Amino acid sequence: MAKIALEHIRKAYGPTEVIHGIDGEIKDGEFVVIVGPSGCGKSTLLRMIAGLESVTDGTIRIGDKVVNNLEPSQRDIAMVFQNYALYPHMSVFDNMSYGLKIRGLPKAEIKRRVEEAAHILELTPYLQRAPRQLSGGQRQRVAMGRAIVREPSVFLFDEPLSNLDAKLRVQMRLEIKKLQERLGITSVYVTHDQVEAMTLGHRLMVLNGGNVEQFGSPIDLYDKPQTLFVAGFIGSPAMNILDAVCGGDGKSMTLFNGDVITAASGAENLAGKSLKAGMRPEHLHLAGSHDAQFSAHVDVVEQLGADTIVHGTLLNTEEQLSVRLDGIQRLERGSTIGLSVDPANVHLFDPQTTQRVN
Amino acid sequence: MIKRVHFPASPLPYLLVAPQILITLVFFIWPASQALYQSFLIEDAFGLGSEFVWFENFQLLFEDDHYIDSFLRTAFFSAAVAFLSMSFALVLAGFADRVVKGATFYRTLLIWPYAIAPVLAGALWVFMFNPTLGIFPYFLQAFGIDWNHYLNGSQAMALVIMAAAWKQVAYNFLFYLAAMQSIPKSVIEAAAIDGAGPIKRFSTIIFPLISPTTFFLLVINVVYAFFETFGIIHAVTQGGPANSTTILVYKVFNDGFVGLDLGGSAAQSVILMILVIAMTVIQFRYVERKVEY
Repeated sequence: MAKIALEHIRKAYGPTEVIHGIDGEIKDGEFVVIVGPSGCGKSTLLRMIAGLESVTDGTIRIGDKVVNNLEPSQRDIAMVFQNYALYPHMSVFDNMSYGLKIRGLPKAEIKRRVEEAAHILELTPYLQRAPRQLSGGQRQRVAMGRAIVREPSVFLFDEPLSNLDAKLRVQMRLEIKKLQERLGITSVYVTHDQVEAMTLGHRLMVLNGGNVEQFGSPIDLYDKPQTLFVAGFIGSPAMNILDAVCGGDGKSMTLFNGDVITAASGAENLAGKSLKAGMRPEHLHLAGSHDAQFSAHVDVVEQLGADTIVHGTLLNTEEQLSVRLDGIQRLERGSTIGLSVDPANVHLFDPQTTQRVN
Repeated sequence: MIKRVHFPASPLPYLLVAPQILITLVFFIWPASQALYQSFLIEDAFGLGSEFVWFENFQLLFEDDHYIDSFLRTAFFSAAVAFLSMSFALVLAGFADRVVKGATFYRTLLIWPYAIAPVLAGALWVFMFNPTLGIFPYFLQAFGIDWNHYLNGSQAMALVIMAAAWKQVAYNFLFYLAAMQSIPKSVIEAAAIDGAGPIKRFSTIIFPLISPTTFFLLVINVVYAFFETFGIIHAVTQGGPANSTTILVYKVFNDGFVGLDLGGSAAQSVILMILVIAMTVIQFRYVERKVEY
């Protein structure tokens, strides 16, 4: 077990820099998820920690050791790949014991560890099978087993669930979480799926275009997104981002269509400024004509049973808006609805710097 | 039941395969049947008439110590050529697979020998190993080896094996490299993380995964050594000294066109034909197996 420290990590392929100086510390036993859209550099960062990519600049420490120039095998890590990367010509047992054999462990010890891992992962009946005779979920578990028998100080996961179907993905997600909690091994998990990220991670590192947008707990990211990108990335349906101008007294804000809402908390010093106001769909409520703060035009109503998602536009504008309402709500397409929002749930961002301002 | 698609009867398909069939008939079936017929004949000493003798030519062959010797020599020669060219190609491909910069350049250079005609390849090696002008005998002298493949049968054999293997390395290299590059990168990376160094990865992951290619190349190389090395042997040793490099194909030529024993030569070529058919069958039956990743 070990902590991982990233200090000013940069990665460039020739003249193109893809990671622009990442800092962060992953504590001993912590489960950190690196999340971001395709091409944000999250897999590259993980592969640099693994030692599969060279580090252009900066320092990576695992434990107290600088590992920049160490071979992957010397870093005491185990990795689970997206396509499992099982050795196709070996049985499940041989796949799991390969790393142990190379380290020259006694036969009895290898057998004990593999059988224990197989037991945890419910793979005992399949130990003599070849990987091609297994289903996707079983292969995934073999890949996990290969990682845990090594008893490494760090687990690395590179989108391990993206090749599974939706149901299996939810199931494996739970298994990974339980396993990590049980073993308490420092883990870094890369995914583009925000649900996976929110449910698995103790902390999330949101990457965008090779920069860290925010590094914090799932609830932090949800409650206090530090940038416009994080605001739009975390949560589903995505947060509504509306143009707004703060009133002269800092107590009200005017939306694009002229509707005036109560200013968000912490807007006192922003008088007269143009802002981006973020409101989560689940924080908007239907309101009667006298307490409605603004109005929206209904385009599409999605009935999900437990809740109803309304997609529409801010009245008389093209600004997209979605609202999540509890239970089943009968709303007509083309109608106009009044909405209200608690000022405490409004996030304000500077349109230029995209940073949070309240 | 597999449903078959039925097209209206038309002469078009027959017309389309006709050229291929025609070529096979003219250039293979006809000469092969001629050889088969010839192998049942014994010509008289002056070439004026011939007698139909059934299997007497074959019987004579198998009683002939020279033929049996040549058979064993061919087996040794092809085993040596296959082993040498395949292992060398494997090592080169193993390195090329790790090269990133200049890979195309490196690959192109390695493919060149394949484009050289066998006789030219032979001539090249004859010059390099010529006992009086060659560069290699000069070096070998430093180690106390007196090289003269015109007199020493083992040295002559070693030379043709080297020449034949060298020419085939390029071909084997291409197949090995393609096979290695089709192994998913992540499997190799997983092995690296599991602690396997480059040599361990090669022996426990890469080599087992390319075994279908190894088997395919083994058949191809044996066929090559059996049948396509005629040009090299003709240019380098002409079967000598004292028949020490007379492999089966060379003996067919020597007995038929130099010794003018047409019936015996035809019988030998029929035996070779059976051998190549057998090897082709083996290849088709077993090589098609693929590894799944």
